Amino acid sequence: MTLLALERVSKSQWRGRHEIVVLDDVSFELDAGELVAIFGQRAAGKTTLLRIAAGLSHAAQGTLSWRGVAVAPLDAELRAAVTYIGHAAALKDELTAEENLASQTSLHAGSADSGAIARALGLWSLDRQRALPARALSMGQRRRIGLARLALVPRPLWILDEPAAALDAAGLSLLCGMIVAHLAQGGMAIIATHQDIGLSGPSVRGLALS
Amino acid sequence: MTAAQAAPRPLPAPGAWRGAAWAVRRDLRLALRSKAELGVQLLFYVIVATLVPLGVGPDSVLLRALGPGVLWVAALLASLLALPRLFAMDFADGTLEQMTLSPYPLPALISGKIAAHWLATGLPLVAASPLLGLQFGLGGDELTVLALGLLLGTPTLSLMGAVGAALTLGLRNGALLALLVLPLYVPILIFGAGAVDAVRTGLGATAELSLLAAALMASLVGATLAAAAAVRMALD
Repeated sequence: MTLLALERVSKSQWRGRHEIVVLDDVSFELDAGELVAIFGQRAAGKTTLLRIAAGLSHAAQGTLSWRGVAVAPLDAELRAAVTYIGHAAALKDELTAEENLASQTSLHAGSADSGAIARALGLWSLDRQRALPARALSMGQRRRIGLARLALVPRPLWILDEPAAALDAAGLSLLCGMIVAHLAQGGMAIIATHQDIGLSGPSVRGLALS
Repeated sequence: MTAAQAAPRPLPAPGAWRGAAWAVRRDLRLALRSKAELGVQLLFYVIVATLVPLGVGPDSVLLRALGPGVLWVAALLASLLALPRLFAMDFADGTLEQMTLSPYPLPALISGKIAAHWLATGLPLVAASPLLGLQFGLGGDELTVLALGLLLGTPTLSLMGAVGAALTLGLRNGALLALLVLPLYVPILIFGAGAVDAVRTGLGATAELSLLAAALMASLVGATLAAAAAVRMALD
């Protein structure tokens, strides 16, 4: 059974007085244990496609289905199944790394266990940054805090926008390991990237946007 | 397909109250971390309410007549001063996006944000108003009605302002927010200042205060829903 399906999705946006077609007739399907990697240059519509798949924005044409049912943007069931990590890490400069992660986790999972938060920070080697305000963190460390949520909020569908950006080699291999384990457990992922992040296999499909 | 896939995981009970509590806690903590910004509204309010008596001169009859209007206008402008920050930061850093995707209902999260905003920026004005009213020679009853009116009126200003702040998300033009929100603020100003005047001239202030309370009740429901809808539109 196809769990997530985008059928013939199109979207255009107004840039000043010009209407620009961002997505033109894009379709893909996702089943349990599968990953779709979306490649494309800058401004190829990767983020727009991810936001539509996450149910954040609506498609001008085409449909989004979840578990075989066409769903509207911000559908409650889809919302409860998705972890979306966008460009912006949703971090607050005033809060520490630990507080930021705890705040995000309780927003999505209802509560945050401080032991699990500490373990997730340790996993992403952020132990020493635990009590530092987010404004003092590097781009890579901010990215790691965002990705640490993946282990804390169990969701079947991960939608990640350029997760490898600003990530070093160790972080990248950790991320790839998590994705492989997620897929092995029947999870799904949609990843937008402009670089090869080194995932391959029968369950990995590529989708190139122009 | 594994078992975990077949049955959707149990959701955290997406209670509206818990969502609102999450937003209140987080926004109050953020407000307390940046105290300098927090004090700006209060400082503005105190400065205006202190400079006007100095500028007008020691005519006690004139000051008593001017007092309610000046204090209310200053409170209204102080509230407007704080509005752009209500959603703009969360919009820019992606938090608003995450809030719409969370299992909690968005209106609950938004109303929590508005409540925290009022606690941080509106409540200090209410608390300071009796003291500032003394500078205009207002008596005990007038000061009580002034504080009571502000207590009912400033949350309404925050609620209606939130709709304007959500509608102007992503726009660079800051003046648009003021133009959008000020017409909505005018009735609150008229009834708020009118309540103190009514006490001063010996009429009761019940009618004005009831109207302020009614406006608060109406905007508690209407404004949170409208602001949530505007936030969804801004993110689309």
